[in-house]
Amino acid sequence: MSERFEPRIVAFVCTWCTYAGADLAGTSRYVYPPNVRLIRVPCTGRVDASFILKAFESGADGVLVSGCHPGDCHYTSGNLHARRRWNVFRELLRFVGIGDDRLAFSWVSAAEGRKFADLVCDLTERVRAAGPFDGYGRMSYIAEALAAECGQQGPAESPDDRDGREGRA
Amino acid sequence: MARIGVFVCWCGENIGRMVDCPAVAAAARDMSQVVHAEDYKYMCSDPGQQRLIDAIRQKHLTGVVVASCSPRMHEPTFRAAAEAAGLNQFMVEMANLREHCSWVHDDRQEATAKSIDLVRMMVAKVRRNERLSPIRVPITDRALVIGGGIAGIQAALDIADSGHEVVLVERSPSIGGHMSQLSETFPTLDCSQCILTPRMVEVARHPRIRLMTCTELQDVEGYVGNFSVTLETRARYVDLERCTGCGACLEVCPVKNVPGEFDESLATRGAIYRPFPQAVPNKPVIDPQCCLRHKAAGRKGISAAESNVCGKCAEVCPIPGKAIDFGDAPSTVVENFGAIVVATGFDVRPVSDFPEYGGGRFADVITGLQFERLLSASGPTEGQVRRVSDGRPARRVVLVACAGSRDAAKGCAYCSKICCMYSSKHAMLFRHKCHDGQATVFYMDLRAAGKGYDEFTRRAAEEDGVSYVRGRVSRVYRRGDSLVVCGVDTLLGRKVEVEADLVVLATAAVPQKDVRQLAQKLGVSYDSHGWLSEAHPKLRPVETATAGVFLAGACQGPRDIPEAVAQAGGAAAKAMVLLSKRMLDREPIVARIDERACDLCGTCIKVCPVGAIEAQPSGSRPVRQVAFVNEGLCIGCGTCVASCRSKAPDLAGFTDQQLYRSILATADGTIAAAAGGNGQPSAKGDAGEAGR
Repeated sequence: MSERFEPRIVAFVCTWCTYAGADLAGTSRYVYPPNVRLIRVPCTGRVDASFILKAFESGADGVLVSGCHPGDCHYTSGNLHARRRWNVFRELLRFVGIGDDRLAFSWVSAAEGRKFADLVCDLTERVRAAGPFDGYGRMSYIAEALAAECGQQGPAESPDDRDGREGRA
Repeated sequence: MARIGVFVCWCGENIGRMVDCPAVAAAARDMSQVVHAEDYKYMCSDPGQQRLIDAIRQKHLTGVVVASCSPRMHEPTFRAAAEAAGLNQFMVEMANLREHCSWVHDDRQEATAKSIDLVRMMVAKVRRNERLSPIRVPITDRALVIGGGIAGIQAALDIADSGHEVVLVERSPSIGGHMSQLSETFPTLDCSQCILTPRMVEVARHPRIRLMTCTELQDVEGYVGNFSVTLETRARYVDLERCTGCGACLEVCPVKNVPGEFDESLATRGAIYRPFPQAVPNKPVIDPQCCLRHKAAGRKGISAAESNVCGKCAEVCPIPGKAIDFGDAPSTVVENFGAIVVATGFDVRPVSDFPEYGGGRFADVITGLQFERLLSASGPTEGQVRRVSDGRPARRVVLVACAGSRDAAKGCAYCSKICCMYSSKHAMLFRHKCHDGQATVFYMDLRAAGKGYDEFTRRAAEEDGVSYVRGRVSRVYRRGDSLVVCGVDTLLGRKVEVEADLVVLATAAVPQKDVRQLAQKLGVSYDSHGWLSEAHPKLRPVETATAGVFLAGACQGPRDIPEAVAQAGGAAAKAMVLLSKRMLDREPIVARIDERACDLCGTCIKVCPVGAIEAQPSGSRPVRQVAFVNEGLCIGCGTCVASCRSKAPDLAGFTDQQLYRSILATADGTIAAAAGGNGQPSAKGDAGEAGR
């Protein structure tokens, strides 16, 4: 194996279009780099902003969200909600220093195996060029420092928030 | 503590060649809470499934990960096997080692490492899986068929004959569709009316079919087995119960010059008219846009019933109490159905889309559908082929195939499929009627791939003297009182000019213009042209992505009559399979709301695509309004979960915890180890999990 940097990319894909598109890429034997880990969700509308943070927390170097084309969503409009949420959240990610070179949002239909393979190739190259992502450690350090200053605890987007909500009214 | 079993499938060579399956199983054994891991040549085979069943029973597994092909392929197989072993089927997850790994990578070491990651992600997820039970919903034993063309008629008859109730909805005043307009049908030259009208009458007489003409679908709610459909019926102004169809009113109507829809504007009709002689129901209808009384009433701002203009049709109506009802108003009904068959059919592009061929400028440039009417014995010329411009007999006819079809510049890159055959049929029928006439077909390729079709086109050329010119037409212009068709004969490599009395454009078949709105109401996807999309182009050709909605006929793409009928039978069979069940099991992938966290901001209600969420009093005290998910309606997209600011909803089967664990488990592999130095211990996901 070469010594070049192999990024890890976490992809959130909907089960109806992009997951099926990735299946088609397989059936068609389109070869692409093994750097992407697909997480299947029913619809990209299910993709919570915290998933993207969680991916970076896990040490991922890039994140992809991909669903059905507008108008093709199995659930009518989940993909459009996903896109809206993504656009807003991407601004925030840019603000904290996670640039567009690590992020991708795409529509891949169940018939677009070629597009899926090309998307993975392009994104892998882009993230490889961006280099390893080590920003999360810095980010959580800053968040903790800020929280300490404000008298709160921990970064806001921890999944374990759920476990702590019993205390709420 | 979970007890998880991992089953790695070789899929023969498919996975085994690129992935070291024993190594994946060995790695799985080291994962937290995995108590059993094995690899096997074919997990989906009977012995493979038996191994899974045995392991579940012997090792008391509480969760299973099958690392094999796509869950879209074999998830039902392994879920059934788990149920057979007494394990809840929703405790099974699949890691996709074939489509997403072995088939797309070319390095065995990398593919094996990725496979281990994929298995770890699923092991992490399945640890958080919960036992779920399918949601059982009753099925309404009734089908809705939208569209009364040949496909809709066939589907309605098939479903009704099998003992289920059917409502057939048609927006025009009569069923019959485009097939009723055709003169003869290829390749047998059967009279179209002769074979169609018996079926139309059968629809009208069938005890289990309710026919609703002048009716359109306005809204659809609900889901498979339980659709609630709003149907709007336009005012017909003729009481179908009272009217005997005697036709006395038709003769007295002073309006005579309305272009008739059935004759494709080649003949006129009155303001009160019978759609065509064999129409079903064979009763007149008043067109309020043209009726003098309606127009006068509209100008005065009163209803037609209050007006005293004209009214000759009502005067002459011999029925006691009169069948003409100027006070008729649109009505809306809500009906329940278990299944829906969409058979909205197609249309052809108008000649005005083809100015280069003189369409819209020259009256003698017509569509294939108009030529059908000229050829038809019941048509405006009683079957004599006459020029539209001056009514003189036509002696020279040029038929242009692929007018718009297979032409991306014209917006229809697809083949309209029926034109080669019907242009040949037109040429043949014309030659039968006009023995000294000249029929020329311009074609790109002659596509005659049906039973008896190629023989038919050969017969046209060899026995009926139709001349075929392979090439496109560049333009059509007028010379004297004839038209001249300029084109190129690509076989001879020279330009040709053919004089013609009639130019028949086989204009591209297109979907009904408003089918997109219908598709959106039904949740059926469509392609860029508006053809409705099937659930799978090969294996589910009559089903749609929306369960319980099926496709029949040309709404899905251009097709000829035998294909439309066969597909209608297929759609009917699928609807019958559904209706023959009493109860339907639905996947319990639905949203749930933790009402303690809900403060009813209303976001989930707004984003829900099916209106499954509504405000209800909470079950816990103090009682307050909280969001509530109707499980029967919820389709499990999870948009509400991701949209909620207080994280009150969660999606069964895809909970936040399941997905978080999967995400964290993506770390750990060789790629992550190589990345290194990102400040996060790569084993955090698993280590954190093990500590719980």
